[in-house]
Amino acid sequence: MNLRLADLRVGDPLPERTHRPSNVSLFLYNAAVWNPHRIHYDEGYATAVEGHAGIVIDGPLQGDWLAQTVCNWLGDDGSLLRFHYSNRLATCLGDTLTSGGRVAAVHPEQQLVELELWIRNAEGQTTSPGTATVRLAR
Amino acid sequence: MLTDEHRAWIGHESAPVHVDVSRREIIKYALATEQVLEKYRRGDEAPPMFVFNLFAPLRGPDELRDDGLPRGTGVGPKLPLHRVMAGGTEIVQHRPIRPGDRLTGVHRIRNLYEKQGRQGPLIFTERELRVTDANGEPVLEEIQTSIAR
Repeated sequence: MNLRLADLRVGDPLPERTHRPSNVSLFLYNAAVWNPHRIHYDEGYATAVEGHAGIVIDGPLQGDWLAQTVCNWLGDDGSLLRFHYSNRLATCLGDTLTSGGRVAAVHPEQQLVELELWIRNAEGQTTSPGTATVRLAR
Repeated sequence: MLTDEHRAWIGHESAPVHVDVSRREIIKYALATEQVLEKYRRGDEAPPMFVFNLFAPLRGPDELRDDGLPRGTGVGPKLPLHRVMAGGTEIVQHRPIRPGDRLTGVHRIRNLYEKQGRQGPLIFTERELRVTDANGEPVLEEIQTSIAR
């Protein structure tokens, strides 16, 4: 990418990515993080017992997508210093979600860039907002 | 709902947990999360959110409740609400996690508080995790919020 502080402007977009998790991808994620909570693989349990609309897409998985939004944009041109996300709306298997972000502030004297991040559902609602601070090499 | 007994857990620090990071574990995570950067897919470096659950105790079926979550209190008090979901995470990263790292993690209950949600009461637990490497150098700090409803 060859990101340079001098070229960045507030509002510059980060590349968006569409996510459509499947039963298989959610299984792999929950196996990788050793998470046996049934709301992520047992639809009958998730809906009848815990009252969800379907199989719940893990919040931390969406947090990972937001971290990827930053890391894929950053490449080898800098480093991630701080990252934050929160879950605001439940999302379920079958939802189509889009991750994205924008440059929120540039601090050339410290070589820092602040980013605003989001995951939105097909209705355009933000399901997981986030922020990040990165340091660029130049 | 929260009593003084619950709030007495605020500030409680757990015993240090040690984790040896393998390339294979990083690759599993990278593939499961559909990472695109080769450094993650080859397991040369772990993505930032690899740390989620990395220091949680590994429990088998006989130690899990019917909902799949661990029996007992884990790191924190037994709460009057039992349906738990992840609320969010904040990470301060000093350096990436790499294969071969021998990491030490210490959990601390940072805060416990109640809120009224749209569908009823909620209890928020903020857990802080400090991760250091074999030389005692800081690797990252994480604050994870879980929500019981």
